[in-house]
Amino acid sequence: MKLMDKNLGLVEVQKLEGHTDRVWNVAWNPAADGVLASCSADKTVRIWEQSSLTRSWTCKAVLEGTHTRTVKSLAWSPSAKLLATASFDGTTCVWENFATDSESVSVLQVHESEVKSVSWNASGSLLATCGRDKSVWIWEVLPENEFDCAAVLTGHSEDVKMVLWHPTMDVLFSCSYDNTVKIWWSEDEYGDYNCVQTLGESNNGHSSTVWSISFNAAGDKMVTCSDDLTVKIWKTDISRMQSGEGYVPWTHVCTLSGFHDRTIYSVHWSRDGVIACGAGDDTIQLFVDSNSDSVDRPSYKLLLKKEKAHEKDVNSVQWAPDKESRLLASGSDDKMVKIWKLASEP
Amino acid sequence: MVTGLINENPIIYPKKERRLRTDSSTTDEFTPEPIDQLEIFDILNFGNCNPFVVDIKDPEHPNTLEDLRVVTEDSVEVDDENSYVRVTFTPTVEHCSMATVIGLCVRVKLLRSLPSRYKIDIRVAPGSHATEDALNKQLNDKERVAAALENPNLVEMVDECLPSEE
Repeated sequence: MKLMDKNLGLVEVQKLEGHTDRVWNVAWNPAADGVLASCSADKTVRIWEQSSLTRSWTCKAVLEGTHTRTVKSLAWSPSAKLLATASFDGTTCVWENFATDSESVSVLQVHESEVKSVSWNASGSLLATCGRDKSVWIWEVLPENEFDCAAVLTGHSEDVKMVLWHPTMDVLFSCSYDNTVKIWWSEDEYGDYNCVQTLGESNNGHSSTVWSISFNAAGDKMVTCSDDLTVKIWKTDISRMQSGEGYVPWTHVCTLSGFHDRTIYSVHWSRDGVIACGAGDDTIQLFVDSNSDSVDRPSYKLLLKKEKAHEKDVNSVQWAPDKESRLLASGSDDKMVKIWKLASEP
Repeated sequence: MVTGLINENPIIYPKKERRLRTDSSTTDEFTPEPIDQLEIFDILNFGNCNPFVVDIKDPEHPNTLEDLRVVTEDSVEVDDENSYVRVTFTPTVEHCSMATVIGLCVRVKLLRSLPSRYKIDIRVAPGSHATEDALNKQLNDKERVAAALENPNLVEMVDECLPSEE
């Protein structure tokens, strides 16, 4: 489908008010339609649900009283039975049955300073966290909301901003204030995780803090965004890796620059190939490969630029996980969460 | 641990003759006036005539940043139309470890005084500090600044340099 040919716009569906301080992250429930979580400097997590009747969103729960400082990031487990939250208070909390009588919260307290990000692997068997102490931790998920430390990965020379598991393989990616993306791989499920590749300036990497990473649906392409004001696309031969050939390195495809003029904080690749970016210039910009239908080399182009998407910096953008809705959620320093729809303009 | 002040003998400059602001004939407080360099400099250093503003104090001395030429009118670049400001400050000594605190004070003062639409960049004057790039990066990493401002010790230090306004 030639997205570039349609007259598409990012239409604001609803503004979700409630947080009393900046919203750092938003995350869609992967198992239930129309459920979104957001986390904030107000130390809480809010769960928003779309009513099947009215189609409008309301706040269904506020998770508070657990974190004592900013909640920076959150992630639903693949089954959505667990919700992990990362906080400046140095802890990672994993909530089970939140906002019910059987709510149980596991507190992982290992980082020496602020925890910046948390990520579940595709099967939900592993959890990763990272923080300002420069370390990345991998946890084995056990029954009854229990966790066992599986690895402590050091290698980054600065604050680690985000961790993200590959969508189909147990390969872990981390990005940092040290301007690099590191890739951590274990030969088998019992082996140690090692840093098998570092994407830095010398291999066409970023020249300043890398804030966010996202993969396309197939898992053979990755997009990163940075304080250097660029977005970079990377690729690998995923079928070779999946066939057990060992680690196959990622290579740089292209760099998108000149689009944002402030730090790009968040990037997310939708299931149908649209890359969304949120930045400190208050805009949300969408990019697509204009050659995606052909066998030609990819050519990434700006699909649209939403000026003043928020009153302040856009910290997080995330596409809804289903294939049809084309809904995008965003979180901002203006304390708002917004729901957008990518649709044809009238 | 270094005992004593980092800069025991700061050079104190004579107070610069202030440019007189042309008296505004509009007393209508709802007419927005564009924010310019002088206004931002005033926010940071505060003219003697304005009873409501206070000077940012150097963390180590009773003098203000203006007195020590840490911040001058020329070190403020402002573009009101695009809601952008950049302040360049010159620490008194090249290895000044209080530079992060000074930078944080400048940012906090601007955040509290400017309209929220403003984008703020803070940097040290090129060539004025031993770890210039590292310092600039830290001062402009929004997440690091936010986390730092959640540290009660640091907030106390910043608040001491910025006495509360009336």
